[in-house]
Amino acid sequence: MATASDARDKNWFIDKFFQSLMFVCGISAIVFVVGIFLFVFKEGLGFIVNDLNVAEFFFSPKWRPTSLHQPTYGILAMVAGTAAVTVLAMAICLPFSIGAAIFIAEFATGKTREILKILIEFLAAIPSVVWGFIALSIMNPLIITTFEVPMGLGVLNSALILALMAAPIVTSIAEDAFKAVPDTYREAAEALGATRWQTIHKVVLPAAKNGLLSAGLLGVGRGFGETMAILMASGHSINIPTSVFDSFRALTATIAAELGETAVGSPHYQSLFAIGIFLFFITFLINMTADFIVRGVKKG
Amino acid sequence: MFEATSINHHNDQVQLRYKIVFGVMLVILIIPVVAILFTLIAKGSHAMSWPFLFDDPKDGMTAGGIFPAIFGTIWLVVVSLLASVPLGVAAAIYLSEYAPDNLLTRLINLATINLAGVPSIVHALFGVGAFVVFFKFGTSILAASLTLAIMTLPVVIVSSWESLQSVPRAFREACWNMGATRWQTIWHVVLPNAFTGILTGVILQVSRAAGETAPIMFTGAAMFLPFLPNSVFDQTMALALHLFVVATQVPDVPESLPFGVALVLVGIVLLMNTVAIWIRMHLRGKKKW
Amino acid sequence: MVSTAHNKIEVQDLSIHYGAHKALGNVSLTVRKNEIFGIIGPANSGKTSFLNAVNRMDMMRPNMNVSGTVRIDGIETRSWRNVYALRRKIGVVFPLPVGLPLTVYDNVALAPRLAGTAGSRADLNELVERCLRRAALWDEVKDRLTHLGSLLSGGQQQRLTIARALSQSPEILMLDEFSIAVDPVTTMRIEDVLKELKEEVTIILVTNLVQQANRLADRTAFFLNGECVEIDDTETLFSGSAKDPRTNDYIGGKFG
Repeated sequence: MATASDARDKNWFIDKFFQSLMFVCGISAIVFVVGIFLFVFKEGLGFIVNDLNVAEFFFSPKWRPTSLHQPTYGILAMVAGTAAVTVLAMAICLPFSIGAAIFIAEFATGKTREILKILIEFLAAIPSVVWGFIALSIMNPLIITTFEVPMGLGVLNSALILALMAAPIVTSIAEDAFKAVPDTYREAAEALGATRWQTIHKVVLPAAKNGLLSAGLLGVGRGFGETMAILMASGHSINIPTSVFDSFRALTATIAAELGETAVGSPHYQSLFAIGIFLFFITFLINMTADFIVRGVKKG
Repeated sequence: MFEATSINHHNDQVQLRYKIVFGVMLVILIIPVVAILFTLIAKGSHAMSWPFLFDDPKDGMTAGGIFPAIFGTIWLVVVSLLASVPLGVAAAIYLSEYAPDNLLTRLINLATINLAGVPSIVHALFGVGAFVVFFKFGTSILAASLTLAIMTLPVVIVSSWESLQSVPRAFREACWNMGATRWQTIWHVVLPNAFTGILTGVILQVSRAAGETAPIMFTGAAMFLPFLPNSVFDQTMALALHLFVVATQVPDVPESLPFGVALVLVGIVLLMNTVAIWIRMHLRGKKKW
Repeated sequence: MVSTAHNKIEVQDLSIHYGAHKALGNVSLTVRKNEIFGIIGPANSGKTSFLNAVNRMDMMRPNMNVSGTVRIDGIETRSWRNVYALRRKIGVVFPLPVGLPLTVYDNVALAPRLAGTAGSRADLNELVERCLRRAALWDEVKDRLTHLGSLLSGGQQQRLTIARALSQSPEILMLDEFSIAVDPVTTMRIEDVLKELKEEVTIILVTNLVQQANRLADRTAFFLNGECVEIDDTETLFSGSAKDPRTNDYIGGKFG
């Protein structure tokens, strides 16, 4: 017998080859996440070992990496600024996004719905740097004249821009959360004589609660991670903001503004990578939590 | 009877009121898009001309055109696509067609979500640490494009996965039953039918990559270069970074110039989005099963 | 002992589980070469699972667990090094028609092309025509060979599926309630084809129509609730001399 009828042929080997290839590509996401951590950690390691004073890093508002006599590396002011902007942005973004999501999911139909979703997609498509430019050239003079303040760059401007940037993603996740609520719930409520709003308020919103929470969290993650727009909208001065018109500086923006001026391997260069590690962990935590919440919903 | 209709009427009114409230909230989100577009067009169209699109910048970037930036953005996007599309589609194929329901698959999904959530500036740090310093690509199109590719990879994976999942399982079963290997099934039946969806995702990714600034500013994009890049090991100008530069770094820029750059950038991005949307609608109109 | 040379498929102690759910338990049977082996029984009695196990489709389904042995031509299917070659020997027609989103021609030409046995264009044309004729579809689609197979009517798609199963030149043909989506006249035409095909292939015919088994099958097995109640010559089974009263009841139309 020359060839057994169960012999492995060309197709069998091609199949095995591609299965292995797809597997290697499949795990690439893991490789890259680990790689990002390792490489950013590697570059920042020198700072963490030699120069890092944990108390100063987290609790000092003074970021003076270039000071000749006594460089200080405190990120408190930046964390405070970023947090303030993120909170304000979410406070603006969440109600509108969830309202918009309710309209799209529960009220709009057919063509209207399509067009609305396209417009929201357009909102999501505008690049970060263009938002920054809008903050600088349109919002800045607008805030100055409206509130009669000397400068329009700062917490308010950044928060408004960030709210608009986060709106599409929050809207679309919230809409998904509403769509995930089974129609039988709505029908049951309406069979009991509830109006559409009562149904939404008493049935759909509670059922979509976790989805909305994770939408909010992802918005927060976006706020912490946003770079170019905040760099341009914040005014970029190191300062714990006390009013919405105060200028501040974001963690991300610090890296973006200073990395180009540092020498590879210098403590300043390494300290920027240390900020990167911090950002990586913060967003990692936020994303994991958001994912965990969403998955909790799907299982339950 | 009369009572009931009056309650219904009241309820209808309440419902209408809520509909209006939510509608207004939505409109408030949409107004900025429209307003931004109109402002960009109003203020940027003065700058628009053939020389603006096809000349080099002049007088310290306060005049002249933006051709090197457009050209550079095309380079960056094309090279990043060459890396991210095959890798991302293959990863999606693994997740959709091969991956068993186990811990590793769960980890891959978590990693994909995280990769999408890593801030763009951290991607930039990774690009510097890995491609510029460790692999010694220097600041180059290659380093910048690879950084962009990794950043946009999750988008490709997720959108391709969705397209692959939209192909009915019965088609796969039919193929397996006739003795087709898994790969033959994927190549001859699944991929061709997921192609339009994957293409839509890729186009959206083009639009995203074209607009990114942070990941390229330290890895390969230069503020100003007097020449066009010849290879992937050269630096290049890029549209998004150019907007940042003329808006913040260069003194005495006429107002119309950054608006012109922003208009071109937003124009490209929205054009890509429109194409993607058109393909999606066209696809929906043409049923194949 | 009967010489195994006459047996195409030998099944021993076959059990199938989906997770904790038992779909089929301890089935042992043999299918002889060039016979039509009928399997009758009500829904959820494990008939389709049985076919999937023969075809080793459990490989593609993480939650399907198969124990026991299935031998084809004396070789245990689990030990086949190339499961795809095994499946190429077995044509399958499932109850819900699946026209692939390829042209009608490509639907039928796909299997030989993938197997690398397509030969010349003329050979392939001839094969496609022969398979479509046998599936009683040729006259309806001969002018529409370039149309999408997935857009044919349900009945046409079912016959396309049959043509596709034949295009593999299978040694075994497994049909699972093929007549669900086909009108009675076409069903009769296909039944005639099956009688002819018996000369070349071994056929397993799962059917919900007991009279179809009576018309076609040489031997028939009765499955009930994941159990193989009885196997016998069709004639014996249908003449009222079945050993198990449940078989008589089912054939007599008392349940099902």
